[in-house]
Amino acid sequence: MSAMLVDVVSVSKRFTPSVSVGERIAAWLGSPVETRTVHAVDDVSFHIRKGEVLGLVGESGCGKSTLGRVIAGIHPPSAGRATIDGLPVMGEGRKPLKTTTRIQMVFQDPFASLDPRIRIGETIGEGPLAHGLVGKADVHAYVAQWLAAVGLPAEAADRFPHQFSGGQRQRVAIARALAMQPDVLVCDEPVASLDVSIQAQIINLFLKLRRELDVTMLFISHDLGVVRHISDRVAIMYLGRIVELGPTAEIYDRPRHPYTRALLDSVPKLVTGSDELVTFKPIQGELPSPLSPPPGCHFHLRCPSAQARCRTDAPRLDAAAHSVSCHFPLAAGE
Amino acid sequence: MSAPPVPVKALADTPFARFRDEFKTSPVAVAALGVVVLICFVALIAPLISPQNPYDLARLVLSDARRPPGYVGSGGFTHWLGTDAQGRDVLSAILYGLRISIQIGLIAGGIAFALGATLGAFAAYFGGRLEALIMRIIDLQLSFPAILLALVLAAVLGQGKWPLIAALVTAQYAYFARTAHGAASTERSKDYVDAALSTPLAASRVVFRHILPNCLPPLIVVATVQIANSIALEATLSFLGLGLPITEPSLGMLIANGFQYMLSGRYWISIYPGVALIVLIVAINLVGDQVRDQLNPRLKR
Repeated sequence: MSAMLVDVVSVSKRFTPSVSVGERIAAWLGSPVETRTVHAVDDVSFHIRKGEVLGLVGESGCGKSTLGRVIAGIHPPSAGRATIDGLPVMGEGRKPLKTTTRIQMVFQDPFASLDPRIRIGETIGEGPLAHGLVGKADVHAYVAQWLAAVGLPAEAADRFPHQFSGGQRQRVAIARALAMQPDVLVCDEPVASLDVSIQAQIINLFLKLRRELDVTMLFISHDLGVVRHISDRVAIMYLGRIVELGPTAEIYDRPRHPYTRALLDSVPKLVTGSDELVTFKPIQGELPSPLSPPPGCHFHLRCPSAQARCRTDAPRLDAAAHSVSCHFPLAAGE
Repeated sequence: MSAPPVPVKALADTPFARFRDEFKTSPVAVAALGVVVLICFVALIAPLISPQNPYDLARLVLSDARRPPGYVGSGGFTHWLGTDAQGRDVLSAILYGLRISIQIGLIAGGIAFALGATLGAFAAYFGGRLEALIMRIIDLQLSFPAILLALVLAAVLGQGKWPLIAALVTAQYAYFARTAHGAASTERSKDYVDAALSTPLAASRVVFRHILPNCLPPLIVVATVQIANSIALEATLSFLGLGLPITEPSLGMLIANGFQYMLSGRYWISIYPGVALIVLIVAINLVGDQVRDQLNPRLKR
């Protein structure tokens, strides 16, 4: 573990609703047109090393799924680029297409990510068949092999998604991604929509497959416990930006960004052997709208240690092994 | 360590079986479907069951012309629905006319379906200017009455089966395109399309194998209505003399031919083909209503 595999350089992703003909005429006649651009991902840079699991944590709506989709080559970035081994994930042009099969994705909701009208076998086999990973004659055995790898019987290939439970569907989705023999797996909250009892099964499946296949993973989640369990390094995201990135133990034991501190404090804990009433501290305030992110540090509206400089001057992620994007990072043990 | 295989729940019923069982709960729709199937079957075997070949001009006897229903003609058989101005047996002419009407309705409906669904789905898939261009052309076309468009085209292209089908397709593909575009826009934003993009799969495969099959329910509803419409439209064009040549009369042509005799009391030449046309179209529409009720999620109980 050391070589850089995926490199994300200054990636931004903005969603601008298309301007209709009527609005364009109105603008031409001189009326002000309000463009509501969503800044989902704002100038994010990081890299994923070969063989590691990088956890990406953040609140709902902070842009972590969008970032995952940019890396998986589903959305082209508005600025910046994502590369794997130095080669871009997506091509150039106005409507760029994904150019690599080395990054595959597992989606959050296995009820939406499988085509309901297509048999499981074809869902898993069509990608490898289209990209020549397997011949037409061998596709059946190939699909059965990957079904076995995720703990499903070979007969499952002849069934439709609606005949499976949520956990089984997520296994199918994992098999589809792995059948492309990727080097990198982007997992977008792969257990968030599953029952808690099933979550552990799927997490263990990920850990097993990672050991057996030596696959690099970007594991997106809002569940701090799951991420701690599975990740080598963790990135904390807030409103489109990465605020802290470092080895898992460092982040959890010695958080340096006030937001990370607040996130960890907001996790309810069971404490035994004490009569003290246990309380947990939610973060004050709401996540600001990505339509109009605040100037300066995005977190200053909710930060307990914000100062005048935080309101105007956006901090940058420093280059340390445990890097933080804050003007006044917490000291160890604070 | 390998995880034990997870048992897979077996479900006997398929979506089709559920659809069929629900369809059976409506006696009107079942009866209408029976009528449609019967008419199609009768039209299919028309050469075997009709007493006379109405296209064989050598067999037509002018002295048998304009005879009322029940007349026994020179051929030695009873004209149960009478004869027309050329001495054709009206029953035979209706059976052969149904054949042509259904054939043209199905071919035109099928081509319009394929063309419109493909255009609409690709427009929704690619988005941007291509989508805007295709959909504006279709909106523009939908603002013209279909009959006017078909009339102009039929007049320009001339008589015959294929010009007529071309006119019908042009008049109708827009309905399929708009429906497919609406459904495909919804499907486009679903995760399984993103999954196909992240594989990545070719655009044609994503559209034809993934998006279009998921757009089928609303398209089937439009198809039933539009096949009935294209039969009616064909009858209208033929009635106005812009359809098929007089030697191969479709239902519309039969109605037109008998129209001039209505006031002289020879109602059968026009009325019976008209009744056949109405029964066919009403039956198709009743089936279509039931299909729409079942496939529209908003009407689901």
